[in-house]
Amino acid sequence: MADSVAPRGSHEGGTRRDFLYLATGGVAAFGVASLVWPLIDQMNPSADVLALSSTEMDISKVEVGQRIKVMWRGHPVFVAHRTPEEIKEAEDVNVADLRDPQTDAQRVQKTEWLIVVGVCTHLGCIPLGTAPTDPRGEFGGWFCPCHGSQYDTSGRIRLGPAPLNLAVPPYKFLAATSVRIG
Amino acid sequence: MTASATRPGFKNPIVRWIDHRLPVFSYMDHELNEYPTPKNLNYMWNFGSLAGFMLVAMITTGIILAMHYTPDATLAFNSVEHIMRDVNYGWLLRYIHMNGASMFFIVVYIHIFRGLYYGSYKAPRELLWLLGVLIYVLMMATAFMGYVLPWGQMSFWGATVITNLFSAIPVVGESVVTWLWGGFAVDNPTLNRFFSLHYLLPFIIVGVVILHIIALHRFGSNNPLGIDMKGKQDSIPFHPYYTVKDSFGLGVFLIFYACIVFFWPNLFGEPDNYIPANPLATPAEIVPEWYFLPFYAILRSIPNKLAGVIAMFGAIVLLALVPWLDRSPVKSARFRPVYRYFFWLLLGDCFLLGFCGAHPPEGWYVLASRLGALYYYLHFLVIFPLLALFERPLPLPRSISESVLKPGAMSGAVAPARALPMEKA
Repeated sequence: MADSVAPRGSHEGGTRRDFLYLATGGVAAFGVASLVWPLIDQMNPSADVLALSSTEMDISKVEVGQRIKVMWRGHPVFVAHRTPEEIKEAEDVNVADLRDPQTDAQRVQKTEWLIVVGVCTHLGCIPLGTAPTDPRGEFGGWFCPCHGSQYDTSGRIRLGPAPLNLAVPPYKFLAATSVRIG
Repeated sequence: MTASATRPGFKNPIVRWIDHRLPVFSYMDHELNEYPTPKNLNYMWNFGSLAGFMLVAMITTGIILAMHYTPDATLAFNSVEHIMRDVNYGWLLRYIHMNGASMFFIVVYIHIFRGLYYGSYKAPRELLWLLGVLIYVLMMATAFMGYVLPWGQMSFWGATVITNLFSAIPVVGESVVTWLWGGFAVDNPTLNRFFSLHYLLPFIIVGVVILHIIALHRFGSNNPLGIDMKGKQDSIPFHPYYTVKDSFGLGVFLIFYACIVFFWPNLFGEPDNYIPANPLATPAEIVPEWYFLPFYAILRSIPNKLAGVIAMFGAIVLLALVPWLDRSPVKSARFRPVYRYFFWLLLGDCFLLGFCGAHPPEGWYVLASRLGALYYYLHFLVIFPLLALFERPLPLPRSISESVLKPGAMSGAVAPARALPMEKA
């Protein structure tokens, strides 16, 4: 009977009732989806967390050869004032031999300053090597105590299970002695 | 196959395999699909499923709010503001939850008065009604504790006033209140336990709701005629007929709910609750949430602390006793020409009490709330029992299907020659 109600325009057996079903279902699905999104999105970082996503620091007190940790988005960032030897070591590496090939120039803005996220790219531990007494591994950079990944003076992975180099965060030199990370 | 004849034949072999071992699909089919429902239910019967929807909505948004809220007296107020300003869609989730409490009570009040009008509490549905009253009491406790959590001025002083109700208990009252507070005033321990219980009680409500539904499905829904289903001709399967009707009602309800959430989100709130709790200063006027106002008016109408508290809790106890106070064998007020008027009088009385509860107890409000409280008690304790004796009900239709198919024949055509049970009076 429903078929007889359908005008000639209906094709493939589609009736007005089918259309109403689809239209109602479509509106309901859209409504549910638009309600579900806020329920999911609420777990994303809130505005106050995002507001803390940049860190400014004064690096004038960091001596040559000294490394410090700075907190950025809940993680440490390594800031290393590299010695000329460390810079040379980093630049002389044959990039083709690297697991994650990157030249030192791609990883720094000013050669004496290396700024990398201090989170091992293996499983998220913090590599040792910031304090002068820490083990720094065979390549004079950082050594992760969790699973033995070793990084060089450019923060590049050289040995161990980690797949990638220590990440370089977005940063900007605001002045000669001041940096904003994030 | 050991499956009984009543088991539906599921086409999907996986469903069949599971159902043979764990008959959840049969159960759902039985209770939600082919479940025979009176064919004459009107829109007043939407409010049960709406209440179920609200319970789910409150639990969902509540679990989410708890992810961002901090139950600590020094941090609670700011964490609510953090939800409102910083959390993604936090304002939406909080407004849905906060107004959801009011929506839940609107729905449940309509549900309760539907039951009162159509006599849904009468045999064999007394336990169903009792479970419903229990849900209502749990809802009030949950709502009260939820209102304390934002830790604003109304939260704090509402908590103080309501917990102090228990100080009216002779001898042990003060000790009970100290125990409730976990100190000598409403403070951090109170907030922490209220948060814990506010999270717990909704799940207890879920449990009682399941019992409520099991009790409902034992004899099926009552209906506007208040007569039993006598056979297949009187019923239709729940799906698709009432799933569609409930969905439509839900849509209309959601429009109303969304209007409140998006356009008048603070309609039911008190501005004072946006002032952080201050134990050193009470707001000029303490008003509970609207859904407590009639009880609040009864409490204040009696100029004696203990008597006022007893009268207030007694008002809820009376509701639980309705199945035994109303002795009339006829369920639906459609066939009770006198009760019908008293029903509306009771509804009006509750509005009057609510109105009085919202205003300071002075001038004519005092007299009005006293008269209102008096009528409330008269209605349950005197009018209900007496009506059973003196009211002469109208003749009942023979069956649901007859009255649906021949509406004109409903009242007159029933031959009074056959003595029908309700004509005993």
